[in-house]
Amino acid sequence: MDEQQQTLWQFMLMESDKLLNQTLQHIGLTFISLLFAIAIGLPLGILIARKRALSGTVLGIAGILQTVPSIALLGFMIPVLGIGAKPAIVALLIYALLPIIRNTYTGIIGIDKHIIEAAKALGMDKAQILFKIEFRLAMPVILAGIRTATVINVGVATLASYIAAGGLGEFIFGGISLNNTNMILAGAIPAALLAIVLDALLALVQKMNFKNLRKTLTILPILLIVLSAFYILPSAYGSGLKAGFTPEFMGRQDGDLGLKTAYGLKINTVVISDAVMYKAAYTKELDVISGYSTDGRLKAFDLKILKDDKGIFPPYYAAPIVLQSSLAKFPGLENTLNLLSGKISDSIMTDLNYRTDYLHQSPERVAKDFLVKNKLYKVPGKGQSGTVKIGSKIFGEQYILAEIYSMLIRGNTDYQVETKTGLGGTKICFDALLNNQIDLYPEYTGTGLLAILKPDKRLVAAVITNKDKTYAYVRTEFVKKYKIKWLKPIGFNNSYALMMRQKQSAELNVYSITDLKHHLDNN
Amino acid sequence: MIELIGVSKKYGATIAVNQVSFKVNEGENLVLLGTSGCGKTTTLKMINRLIEPDGGQVLIDGKDIKQQNPEKLRRGIGYVMQNIGLFPHYTIEENISVIPKLLNWEKDKTDRRIIELVDKLHLPKDSLKLYPNELSGGQQQRVGLARALVADPSLLLMDEPFGALDNVTRGSIRKEFKDLEELKRKTIVMVTHDVQEAFELADRICLMDKGEIMQVGTPKELLLNPLNDFSRKFLDGERLALEFKMIRISDVWANLHEASYVSENRFSPELSVWDAMEKLRSGNLSELIFEDEKGVFKKISFDILMRAFNQYKNTNQHG
Repeated sequence: MDEQQQTLWQFMLMESDKLLNQTLQHIGLTFISLLFAIAIGLPLGILIARKRALSGTVLGIAGILQTVPSIALLGFMIPVLGIGAKPAIVALLIYALLPIIRNTYTGIIGIDKHIIEAAKALGMDKAQILFKIEFRLAMPVILAGIRTATVINVGVATLASYIAAGGLGEFIFGGISLNNTNMILAGAIPAALLAIVLDALLALVQKMNFKNLRKTLTILPILLIVLSAFYILPSAYGSGLKAGFTPEFMGRQDGDLGLKTAYGLKINTVVISDAVMYKAAYTKELDVISGYSTDGRLKAFDLKILKDDKGIFPPYYAAPIVLQSSLAKFPGLENTLNLLSGKISDSIMTDLNYRTDYLHQSPERVAKDFLVKNKLYKVPGKGQSGTVKIGSKIFGEQYILAEIYSMLIRGNTDYQVETKTGLGGTKICFDALLNNQIDLYPEYTGTGLLAILKPDKRLVAAVITNKDKTYAYVRTEFVKKYKIKWLKPIGFNNSYALMMRQKQSAELNVYSITDLKHHLDNN
Repeated sequence: MIELIGVSKKYGATIAVNQVSFKVNEGENLVLLGTSGCGKTTTLKMINRLIEPDGGQVLIDGKDIKQQNPEKLRRGIGYVMQNIGLFPHYTIEENISVIPKLLNWEKDKTDRRIIELVDKLHLPKDSLKLYPNELSGGQQQRVGLARALVADPSLLLMDEPFGALDNVTRGSIRKEFKDLEELKRKTIVMVTHDVQEAFELADRICLMDKGEIMQVGTPKELLLNPLNDFSRKFLDGERLALEFKMIRISDVWANLHEASYVSENRFSPELSVWDAMEKLRSGNLSELIFEDEKGVFKKISFDILMRAFNQYKNTNQHG
C-alpha cells in the first residue's frame, strides 16, 4: 500500500506540469460554464416566478436537458459547435441550468407574501422589490442551487476531455485506457477534492447570516470571473496542422511518446475522445488523428493512414482471451471460438465496422450476415448446459466480435450466452475477466503487452517488432500470471495509426509519418 | 381628508366590496369593523392602491389617486400591517429608513428622525443594529409603526395593527398608541375585527358586512342607535361592557343627586361608568364622590349608578 501511494505521489510530481494545467483548466471550465448558467438561469427563474404559468414548461425542459447522458449531449454539440471549449462549456451550462432555475424560482415564490406586500406598501417599485427584497431573501436558496450546479459541473467537466476541452478527465480516461491506476487517481483525486472543497465553501456561504452574506455577495461575482479566467480559451491554436489524440494514445510509448522520441514529431495537439475524433477530422476541426487501422470510419470519412515507416506502432492482433477455468468448465468452447481464427482480415474488419458505425446496421445483423456468408452460421441450440459470459470494450468492433462469438457458441454448443458489452476501456474489461464477471473478451496482442503486462523497455523492444513474437510472449505470460489463455488470432491487426483526410494528404504530399514531420518542420 | 365614492371590487363572481362610500376628516380616526371576509381589508388596500378598485373613486385631499403614480402615492401614506412585514434581512435601522432612502433624504435628517421615533415609541436604543428576529413581538410592532411614521405622513392606514400580538401586549400597546402625540394629528383608517379595540380607538366606526357598509357613526351612535338588525346583533355580545365603558359619569350627571358631604377622595366625572364601578369594587367602598368643573359634588353608590345609567339609556335610545 505504501509503495502504491508513493508511486502515485511520484507520478503526480513527475506530471506536475500537466496536473496543474489540467486542474486549472478544470476549475476554469467549471466556473466559466457556471457563470453563463447563472447569467441565463437567474433571469429565467425570476421570469417563471413572475409568470407561474410558464414554470412547468421551463422547468420541464431544463429537467429533460439534464437527463440527457453527458456523453450524448457532448456528441450532439459537435455538429453545431465543433470540438474544444465551446461545446464543453455549453454542455456544462445545460447541466448547471436546472438547479439554478429551480432554486431561483423556489426561493422567490417561497418568500412570505406579507414581506412583499410591505415593500410595495412602502412605495418600492418592481425593480426595487426584486433587487432589495426578493433577491436577497431568496439568496440562501439560490446559493444552494449554485452549489449543486458547481458540484455537478466539477463532475461532468471530467468528460470535457472527450472533446478536446481539457480538464482532469485527460488523466482519468487516459488512465482507464492504459490500465494505469496512478494516472486515474492523479485525475480523480484532485477532481474529487475540488468537488468537496467547493461544496464545503459554498455551504459556508449558504449558511451565513444576512450581515456576512452581504459582504460575501459582493466578492462572489468577482471570484467567479477570476476562476473562469483560469480557462483561457484554447482557441489561439496558431497556424499549421492540428492533431487530436485520444487520452490513451497520449500516455503510451507506442503513441504520442513514441512519435516524439522516434520521429521527433512536434505538432499542436489536443486530447479528444475516440468517439468524436474521426468526425472532427472529417469536418476539418482536426488534421491528424490517432485512429485504429480497422476502424469503419476510416472508410466512412475518407481518411488515409500515414505509413509508420519507423515501426513504432506495435502489432495489435485480435484474439479472444479466456479464463482457463472457464475453458475447463465449458468443454468445446475453445474449438468453437477458434472457428473464427484467420477468418477476418484488416479489410473485412474495416468493412464490418463501416456497416455498424456508418450505415448504422446493428452489430447482430452485421455478425449474422458475416457468419452466413462464411457458412459458419447455425441455428441456436437450446442452451441447457450453462451460460458463457462474453465481454467487450466500448467500441464498435468489439460489439461485432462479441455478437459473432455469441452466435458461434449458441450454434455450435449447448451453452446459453450472456453478453456484457460496452465495458469501457482495457482496465474495466480485464478486471471483469480477472474477477470472473465474464469468461472471455476479444483483446489485442499489443494491448496485452503494453497495457496489461507492462514488461521493461528492453523486453518490449525485443518482441514488439514481430507479430508472432508478441503473440507468443503474451500467450505464455498470461497463462503464467493470470491463468488466462489467448486463443488463436482472428486475423486482423487493429493497430494504432496516424491518419489524415485523403485530400489533404495528397495536397500536402504527406503519406508517411516522416513526411508529416518534414512538412511540419518546413512550415 | 379621504373620500371614497361608490368604490367596488370584484374577484371573479364574488363581490368583495360593493359601492362603498365614506369620508374621513382631517385628524379623524375611522375604524373599519367587521367579521373576516366582510371586505374591510380590501377597502383599506384600495386607499393606497395595493388593490385597484373595479369601480368608484378614491379621493385624497380632493385628488383622484388613480391619476397619481402608485409608488409615490404609497411613500406618502403610512402603512402598518398585521404581520408587521419587517424585512428580515434589514437591521431595525435599515427597516425604518426604507422610505427616507426612497425619498432620497440626507443621512443626517434620517438619523435625527430615527432617534426621535425610537425615543417616542420607547424602543431600546441599542436595538437599531439588531435584526427583526432579535426583538420581541411588541417591539417589532413598534418598529413597524416607526417605519410607517418616519416620513411623517398625514395619513396612516393600519390593517389589524395589533393582530399579531398576545392579549396582554396588545392591551398595553393599544393604550400607548392612543396616547401617542405623533398620532393625534393624523388621519387614520384602521381595520379590526375586535369590537373592544374599535370602540377604544375610533372617532367613528364604519361597520361592514358582505362588502357593504351597515352603519357609519360614533361608537355611541352605534351602541345606542343601531340602524339595523345587523348593527344591533353585531354588538349584542359585548353590549353591556361597551356601554359601561362608553358612558361617562358626566353623561349621567343630571340623574345623580348632590352629595350631602365632601370627601378628601374626589373623582372627575370624565370617569366611565365601568371605571367608577371598578373603583367601588376594588376599594371596597359603598360610595364615591365626584366633583365637576363648576365645583358641584355628586355621590354614587352601585344602586344609584345603575338607576342613573338606565335612565340615561332610556332617554337617549329613543331620542
